[in-house]
Amino acid sequence: MVQLNNVRMVYSSSGTEALNGVSFKVDDGEFVFLVGPSGSGKTTIMKLITGEVNATSGRIIVNDFDMRRIKRRKLPQMRRTLGVIFQDFRLIENMTVYDNVAFAMRVVGASNRQIRKRVPYVLELVGLEGREKRFPNELSGGEQQRVAIARALVNNPRMIVADEPTGNLDPVRSLELMLLFEKINSMGTTIMVVTHEKELVNAFAKRVISIDNGVVIGDGMDGYFGNEA
Amino acid sequence: MTEWMGISGMKLNRVGYLIREGFRSIFTHGFMSFASVTIIMACLIIMGSVSLLSLNIDALIKDLENQNEVVAYVDEKINDDAQIRAIGDAIRTIGNVQSAEFVSRGEAMDKFMSNYDSDLMEGIDETVFRHRYVIHLTDISLMAQTKAQLEAVDGISEAKAHTQYAKAFVSIRNVVTVVSLVLIVILVFVSIFIMTNTIKLATFSRREEIAIMKMVGATNSFIRMPFVIEGLVLGILGGGLGYLAEWGIYDGLTVKVVGSMAGSFLNIIPFTSVALFVFIIFIGLGILVGVFGALNAIRNYLKV
Ligand SMILES: Nc1ncnc2c1ncn2[C@@H]1O[C@H](COP(=O)(O)OP(=O)(O)O)[C@@H](O)[C@H]1O
Ligand SMILES: [Mg+2]
Repeated sequence: MVQLNNVRMVYSSSGTEALNGVSFKVDDGEFVFLVGPSGSGKTTIMKLITGEVNATSGRIIVNDFDMRRIKRRKLPQMRRTLGVIFQDFRLIENMTVYDNVAFAMRVVGASNRQIRKRVPYVLELVGLEGREKRFPNELSGGEQQRVAIARALVNNPRMIVADEPTGNLDPVRSLELMLLFEKINSMGTTIMVVTHEKELVNAFAKRVISIDNGVVIGDGMDGYFGNEA
Repeated sequence: MTEWMGISGMKLNRVGYLIREGFRSIFTHGFMSFASVTIIMACLIIMGSVSLLSLNIDALIKDLENQNEVVAYVDEKINDDAQIRAIGDAIRTIGNVQSAEFVSRGEAMDKFMSNYDSDLMEGIDETVFRHRYVIHLTDISLMAQTKAQLEAVDGISEAKAHTQYAKAFVSIRNVVTVVSLVLIVILVFVSIFIMTNTIKLATFSRREEIAIMKMVGATNSFIRMPFVIEGLVLGILGGGLGYLAEWGIYDGLTVKVVGSMAGSFLNIIPFTSVALFVFIIFIGLGILVGVFGALNAIRNYLKV
């Protein structure tokens, strides 16, 4: 569950006002698209949700954690409730597919037994069985993004947030990826996907939150409203 | 402690993982690791040598201060036995004198010669030496007073007490102590600086892993651990090798000093009697430098 209440964000380094009073709520189990042209503030929203930056004002709740009050010591606990996916995959190049996914479990303290049980399961879920021993540069873009999704899923988060996950993929791979997100959503995980690809969004009948210039300009089931970038 | 180390509730699997990662990084940055170990070693050896020098001067001062011996030299013109005996009697009437033993210039020379290489002393004859009384005092605290009384005795040209030498050594010791303290502070900072940069290299080459660890919710103490282990290993290595080198250098130098002229009446502290102390200090400082360097290096990554 994610809730933003009148959130303003001014980057102090440049003085840029990235968000100017953004409010919306995503309930557990939902699948939403966050759309808007480039520079509209989508990534800023993602960073606020993951706790990478702090809002200038307003209230943000992420899976029961109040991001305004959260102590630095509690941030890891909050982050374990999220699975984060980026446009550029962010895999570790010198680790195999298996190790990239196992790494995420290992660093939050999972036992070898848990890892051996869980990793093959999520790799199969994202359709990467048989690719365990490959290295990222031996995979296609779509496959690399699946590894990133497996890594985001492996610690069983309540919610997946993906920032332009299809940005580096061709239309067919993009569609496949969205179908995978839909499948994950149907298993109970909340999904929030940032994109500016109109066709892709309109291919699914999902809730769409549109933002432009740091404000929400639409929120509903009627497809992509935003100005195209 | 456990909170900081992140070991609370940590499974063996994780400990093994962290230690492996710590060691892996050392070999990945072989040159910088080598450089930081060498710098720590060099710093420790400089510190250790200056401190051991100061320790030796200290021991020497104590030695000198504890000797309640005063040497009263007989006027060079006096060679007559009876006259010398009369001087001795006069000395013994002084209240604080416990005993006074006559040492002739011949005996003084023999004693001196026995301490040194005989070929070095060739051509020295006994006229260089003076007749003297070696006097022991009842109360060392009255040294200055007694010395004056001795010098007032007819036929005594001067009286010398070891405490006078001790005073000179005290000022040397003070200088050495100040120098060594300043050196220690500077060198610890230099070592931490080098260590920080070595480990920064490691954090930089693993910045993607660090970012992913943070993203998936690894705790800061967990993220720090491999780097702290790397710092620890480098620090202990530098401390241990520095200790061995210090031992060798100290033993080598003392053999030389003892064999030389000045060394024969110095009581040099054997390394074995300070070995444990030096070992603990070296390893301790190595650990300190390693851990501080690591924490310093990783600090920027853990801000958010
Ligand atoms: N770290 C930053 N420092 C300063 N300004 C930033 C930073 N990140 C983003 N911005 C600015 O904030 C605005 C919103 O950016 P962003 O959230 O990245 O938009 P989007 O993801 O929708 O393209 C832009 O004007 C951008 O230049
Ligand atoms: Mg963006």
